Amino acid sequence: MSRYFTEEHEWIDVEGDTATVGITDYAQEQLGDIVFVELPDVGTVVEQGGDAAVVESVKAASDVYAPISGEVTEANGALEDDPALVNTSPEEDGWFFKLTISDKSELEGLMNEKTYAVFVEGL
Amino acid sequence: MNAPNKSGWKPEMTADGETIGGPPTHTGNRALMLDEALIFEIGDRNTTGVDLPQPDLAAPNRLGGLERKADIGLPGLSEPETVRHYTRLSRQNYAIDLGLFPLGSCTMKHNPRLNEKVARLPGFADLHPMAPTSTTQGALGVIYELAEWLKTLTGMPAVAMSPKAGAHGELCGILAIRAALEARGDARKVVLCPESAHGTNPATAAFAGYEVEDIPATPEGRVDLAALEARLGPDIAAVMITNPNTCGLFERDFRKIADAVHAAGALVYCDGANFNAIVGRVRPGDLGVDAMHINLHKTFSTPHGGGGPGSGPVVFSEALAPFAPLPFVEKTADGYELVEEETAGEHHARSFGRMTAFHGQMGMFTRALTYMLSHGADGLKQVSEDAVLNANYILRSLEDVLFAPYADSGPCMHEALFGDKGFAEGMSTLDLAKGLIDEGFHPMTMYFPLVVHGAMLVEPTETESKAALDQFIGAMRSVASRAIAGDESLKTAPHYAPMRRLDETLAARKPVLAWADPGIV
Amino acid sequence: MRYLPLTDADRSAMLDVIGASDVDALFVDVPPEAQLDGPIHGLPMHAGEMAVERHMAALAGQNMAASSVPFFLGAGAYKHHVPASVDHIIQRGEFLTAYTPYQPEIAQGTLQMLFEFQSQVARLYGCAVANASMYDGSTACWEAVAMAGRVTKRKRAVLSGALHPHYTNVVKTMAKFTGDTIADAQPAVQPKSDNAGLISRIDDETSCVVVQYPDILGRLPDLQEIADAAHARGALLIVVNTEPVALGAITSPGELGADIVVGEGQSIGVGLQFGGPYLGLFAVRDPKHVRQMPGRLCGETVDAEGKRGFVLTLSTREQHIRREKATSNICTNSGLCALAFSVHMTLLGEKGLRALATENHRLACIAADALAAVPGVRLLNDAFFNEFTLLLEADARQIVRDLAAENVLAGVSLGRLYPGHPELSRGLLVAVTETTTEEDIQALAAALREKLA
Repeated sequence: MSRYFTEEHEWIDVEGDTATVGITDYAQEQLGDIVFVELPDVGTVVEQGGDAAVVESVKAASDVYAPISGEVTEANGALEDDPALVNTSPEEDGWFFKLTISDKSELEGLMNEKTYAVFVEGL
Repeated sequence: MNAPNKSGWKPEMTADGETIGGPPTHTGNRALMLDEALIFEIGDRNTTGVDLPQPDLAAPNRLGGLERKADIGLPGLSEPETVRHYTRLSRQNYAIDLGLFPLGSCTMKHNPRLNEKVARLPGFADLHPMAPTSTTQGALGVIYELAEWLKTLTGMPAVAMSPKAGAHGELCGILAIRAALEARGDARKVVLCPESAHGTNPATAAFAGYEVEDIPATPEGRVDLAALEARLGPDIAAVMITNPNTCGLFERDFRKIADAVHAAGALVYCDGANFNAIVGRVRPGDLGVDAMHINLHKTFSTPHGGGGPGSGPVVFSEALAPFAPLPFVEKTADGYELVEEETAGEHHARSFGRMTAFHGQMGMFTRALTYMLSHGADGLKQVSEDAVLNANYILRSLEDVLFAPYADSGPCMHEALFGDKGFAEGMSTLDLAKGLIDEGFHPMTMYFPLVVHGAMLVEPTETESKAALDQFIGAMRSVASRAIAGDESLKTAPHYAPMRRLDETLAARKPVLAWADPGIV
Repeated sequence: MRYLPLTDADRSAMLDVIGASDVDALFVDVPPEAQLDGPIHGLPMHAGEMAVERHMAALAGQNMAASSVPFFLGAGAYKHHVPASVDHIIQRGEFLTAYTPYQPEIAQGTLQMLFEFQSQVARLYGCAVANASMYDGSTACWEAVAMAGRVTKRKRAVLSGALHPHYTNVVKTMAKFTGDTIADAQPAVQPKSDNAGLISRIDDETSCVVVQYPDILGRLPDLQEIADAAHARGALLIVVNTEPVALGAITSPGELGADIVVGEGQSIGVGLQFGGPYLGLFAVRDPKHVRQMPGRLCGETVDAEGKRGFVLTLSTREQHIRREKATSNICTNSGLCALAFSVHMTLLGEKGLRALATENHRLACIAADALAAVPGVRLLNDAFFNEFTLLLEADARQIVRDLAAENVLAGVSLGRLYPGHPELSRGLLVAVTETTTEEDIQALAAALREKLA
């Protein structure tokens, strides 16, 4: 399994032809207390860089973009009852959705853990 | 610096900076600080505060078998309990009647009580909107007379009176623009708004089917004319610009902007939220505006009522006038006529339609007209001059302690903008605002406009005396210096308000939006 | 000028602090061609309180106040008795002159009131959640149609023919710009609502069905049947109520399957006011739809000491945060009218509202019988609450005008509501409330008898 990152602070774990997407620890810290997550319906076809989910704090709503194109196969129902999971476990239990990968070459433009850390450092 | 109280008295805080000392009370109340339970906790189903005939539930009805079977679950209170409940609640509110209310872009000015008296005259308050027009000539006369005032004050030839609030007025203006463009077969797609715009601008443009793009600003806080001109083209339907803008500055190039927009075949929407800065001194019609809403609840003093109702008439240029919505009032040889769908006929066939059931916010029209007549042309000019003078006095009295990003851009108009630069680590605009509450003031607008970090937008209005301004300035200086020094007690302010800081995260994560217990009532 | 406290001495002292020579220097950014050299021409100068009051009172005096004559108008605005304490409370400065409760620590009065208001409306409508109010019933109706589009991701709304025509026009006007398709109709002038015709217009693209209850002709449609038909096609049922007093006597829309219930709240506490400001009510039956609702919402929470309090919440739906992606561009509620509603409803309570509704219906039954007994008058409705349709053997619009000249306000003619529809021209809508006396009813009957003879 390998993990990639976007400049919009999403992470994506790739395992075979499927991937899991969430937002990074840095992103959750910037957003503050998460109060609601709007997840895509299963079966939604998302395009790389397109809107996929919305994450809300009390005073802000931020779009979460699809790091790569694909079809959503599962959304994290646990976030409906407990959106705070995004704060407490952003890069594990607080994942957003899973999707099938339609074009693996799209992964090439993404960052790995090290380059993302450097990217965040520079912000 | 002024003392918080003329006698020099200050409420004492305990060493931990938390609460006023003193023994606990049995009730939890503290003298005039009275908590109040919900009507669902103190009322019940069998109590009522009105005298009505005891219903004969056995009597036959003609409700078609739909008669109510289940209880509604409404609590009732007797009249004295009702009056007491709401009087107690009212005392938990800050209000313009209590003191300076410096919310930027909200124009919290004094609400004259003559306006209230007039609005309650039976000839206005007890009048049905669909009564035959022969019986409502005076009411139609009010609408007509107010429309004439608004046209004269703005230098615009037409006005739509029906929009119910500022955002509704914006919608009215943008819909008229779209109708006018469509009438000439011109399907433009984009509306330009400055980043500093109020959120209703992009929301309105998007509702009307437009894509929204930002207009860049210059470092001095105004629209970047060159960048705007570069973006103009056949796809731009309109620009929406607030003038004076939300940074509190007059858009010096407005006429040039309007000319460029018109040359590109687009139209100019001016958000009139800040009209109080220029009313009686500057006519937007002279600046090339095609449509502008006027918040009667700001500039013309109709009360804000804890969040409405507002009223948002829209003035139009000749280009847009034919597309204005129904209904409106016309003067004929026989008196006033209400132009509705039926009577619009040939001479108003291009109206874009209807925005609301009846004729608009009549109760606000009577108040606004009363206000205008009280001030007159000379008084309204004095209103804008005093509003601008008061704001500049605050700007120059605070710029040495608070970061004023546009202090070098010239005089401000009716509001002064500050940012949180220079606050100690961990101190925020929110903390300053809550500290201001402890000083007995309602805070200024926070975190708006978005273009300034930790924005604080202060609009004193012409209502405030110099003494009131001096006390506010003293309070601001005191709280600002605490924020700069990193005074931790500010993080837990307010300490003296009816409530401490409220947990907004909890409210949003686990929404409780209605009394849910069916058992109590 | 009595509203302006600054003295000339204050002004010059302040200009000194600012470093400006005169007030004109503060307007330096206004281009000279837009500067006026004195007070605007064509307007009067300032005036004292007495002179202004005289002017306004003269205008008020040219109107025929509803309470001064036998009065039977309704059609979406109803004359009810408003207890004196309601107006007293809404004139308290702490309510009247407060702003939107953005600083909850010093706005609990407004916030708790809104929470109570939302709870009262939700219960009245048989719904889970109501918002803090909209501009009025007609705009709430459009917002409900827009919301149904967001929930169902469909863009075709089916409107009952018996929806208030002004509401229909508002919806159609807005839909022109959003690209929604509105399937509307004229009312079928018959004793019962045309449910079958309405249901036949629902298809698989339908986002919502909009039904007024009681409808514009005063009839009481069977909502359950319509709800079932809408739900079977995946559409929402929106029920519009323009007379909340009716819900003291008839089953709530939520109990009958409505998904969104909207309406005009003016009857309770607000008064006629020549059409505004009024009070838009908006509620949803299923709490999962809350995030698609427009408008402000007040919710319960606790403060830093654990004490219960209230805040505006779920604001991320709204324009000041979501900007072009907001659920609506609305930026206000009808706060003071909501307060008036809530105070009046608290005075009434369960017992009072039910007694008020029963009294309205009792008097309406008396009026319907008395008026239907007039030669040339026929009662259309099988069922009604406090408003019904009469069919006259004459043009109702002319009758209304003629009777107004004799100081009887007879009702709202269908000709006024539906211009260009001669088949409706004999219809007269008559509303009767607790303020109507038996003498008023006799006066209307006598006047009609004379005109129709």
